[in-house]
Amino acid sequence: MRLADWGYEIKEGLAISFHAIRANKMRSVLTTLGIVIGIVSVTLMGTAIEGLSRAFNETVSKIGADVLYVQKFPWFDGGDNWWKYRNRKNIDLRQYKMVRDQTTLAAAVTPTAFAMAPIKYRSLSSDGIFVIGANDQYATTFGLNMEMGRFFSQAESNGDRPVVVLGYVVAEKLFPSESPLGKNVKVGTHTFRVVGVVAKQGSFLGMDLDNRVVIPITNFLQKFSNNRRGLSLNVKAADINDLENTKEELRGILRKSRGVKPGVEDDFAINQQEMFIQTFNAIGGVVAGIGLFITALSLFVGAIGIMNIMFVSVTERTKEIGIRKAIGAKRSTILFQFLIESAVLSLIGGLIGIVISYPLSLLINQILPTSMPLSVVAIAIFISLLVGVISGFLPANRASKMDPVEALRYE
Amino acid sequence: MQPVINIKNIKKTYIMGTVEVNALVDLSVQIHKNEYVAIMGPSGSGKSTLMNIIGCLDTPTSGLYEFNGINVSEMNDNELAKIRNKEIGFVFQTFNLLARSNALHNVELPLIYAGMKKTVRHELAEEALRHVKLEDRMHHKPNELSGGQRQRVAIARALVTKPSIILADEPTGNLDSKTGVEIMGLFNELHAQGNTIILVTHEEDIARHAHRVIRVRDGMVEHDGPVENRVLPGVHA
Ligand SMILES: Nc1ncnc2c1ncn2[C@@H]1O[C@H](COP(=O)(O)OP(=O)(O)O)[C@@H](O)[C@H]1O
Ligand SMILES: [Mg+2]
Repeated sequence: MRLADWGYEIKEGLAISFHAIRANKMRSVLTTLGIVIGIVSVTLMGTAIEGLSRAFNETVSKIGADVLYVQKFPWFDGGDNWWKYRNRKNIDLRQYKMVRDQTTLAAAVTPTAFAMAPIKYRSLSSDGIFVIGANDQYATTFGLNMEMGRFFSQAESNGDRPVVVLGYVVAEKLFPSESPLGKNVKVGTHTFRVVGVVAKQGSFLGMDLDNRVVIPITNFLQKFSNNRRGLSLNVKAADINDLENTKEELRGILRKSRGVKPGVEDDFAINQQEMFIQTFNAIGGVVAGIGLFITALSLFVGAIGIMNIMFVSVTERTKEIGIRKAIGAKRSTILFQFLIESAVLSLIGGLIGIVISYPLSLLINQILPTSMPLSVVAIAIFISLLVGVISGFLPANRASKMDPVEALRYE
Repeated sequence: MQPVINIKNIKKTYIMGTVEVNALVDLSVQIHKNEYVAIMGPSGSGKSTLMNIIGCLDTPTSGLYEFNGINVSEMNDNELAKIRNKEIGFVFQTFNLLARSNALHNVELPLIYAGMKKTVRHELAEEALRHVKLEDRMHHKPNELSGGQRQRVAIARALVTKPSIILADEPTGNLDSKTGVEIMGLFNELHAQGNTIILVTHEEDIARHAHRVIRVRDGMVEHDGPVENRVLPGVHA
């Protein structure tokens, strides 16, 4: 058969499909409901996974792939050991100093602690700001860029100077029309002088990384906390390929400084990105698992629906099939015609699904930095076509095998 | 000359549950180019079964059927579809037009299945509709046409591929007698233009338009011969 013939058959098939679907609008739309749900779920899953991986990549660069976090709690452990971790000895500045003085493999070390506090400049204020205490190495450790001004210096950090570095959003809120540099702001009840503003970082898992301020750690400990929770020590390896050795060295120093006896397990955790990767993959896996389950289930229901309605359609149009056969339609022509019809039906469901998904993907964007990827749209279209063809096959096959005489006799 | 239709000792048996119905019993017939044949017989005598076999819509249970010298019994489904498309124009008692398509598209349909280009298709379909004097009804759907007009569309559809034979199974059965006569006038004209026509009827008046009559009874040919008292072409009723 020549290619051109298929062209006419496709066109004719499409024309017939649109006629048939338009003649039964309500029935057609209801039939595609399963496909609609399936496509909504597959596009949202794709969007969420895309968002997760984007968030992941952004986070990796934000927190640096080469940073080790010494903390009481391991990042990724279930709740069973919570009390054990909580009751561990706090990490304090003395341990920080030992690490700083003894490490040979670290490029930068900063202790950090945090609290929530309001921040005020003249009549403008902002509540629930994440206040971080750190040393001058903080910017180096986390690879921060400055929007304006500078990060506080070692002298300022060691001398407990009341200086503050603002996150981008904080600076925007408090200083809508003037430069924040050199201005005095109130963090909680204490006055700090602004020395710099960090460049915009964006958000991660709904947490605004720009809605925070950084002050010297000793200052922080005096004014915001008596170190009830303990510190986190953030150690940037000089060479990312030497991360494991850096970790081992760090472990040694900490065991010594915390007086852990040989043979006793660590009473601290050294957290790192790798765990992030694993957790991200785990979250991604869960999203994909749930998404695939809903998708598969609803596509299956959708496929059954389409198959059912196509059987009805074939039966209703038995006479038409007879007429077409009598004037020369081949089996393949009829098969093709009904396959096109069920593919179009399913595709309509798919397109409705995509249209519904779009605003929902904007909702996901509130939590994860994402937009509906074009590839997901393409996959959704492909899937709905595929489901249409598969579910249309049996009805189309029945139509194509009809005996023309019997079909013509059908009333 | 080689006949267009050469049927020898064909048999058609339907099995209804446990009962065998012999619709055709050892039937033989030959039809040549440009013949105008009426098949007559009582209801249930096997006329439609014979037409369906001639029109390649159905195949005989046994016996030989050659179409233009080609053995049809050995053809597969695709080849039969091709013959139906190119060589046979079928006209039915109940018109059998596609309800959702207008006259033009109905007439075009066999050409689509023949894989013709749209411009050529349009031209041929319009020509066929002009032939049956329906050029001003081309964009009407079947339900906007009278019975006679619908049958004209069906005839145009049968004509449009310039088939070897035109088969009409009781083409006037659903029409009033005046319209029936008009339709017969059209068949006469087509025959005069060189077409081969086989039509089934149980009305003697209709059969008198043909040149040859084959009388069928109980699935067998009872009589085969020229028509007496023939209605002359151009003389209506
Ligand atoms: N599909 C079928 N199944 C069973 N019996 C059939 C079928 N088609 C026709 N017959 C039987 O075959 C015989 C001839 O039918 P048909 O050719 O339609 O007669 P006619 O057109 O002369 O009225 C009848 O007895 C009819 O009941
Ligand atoms: Mg009959």
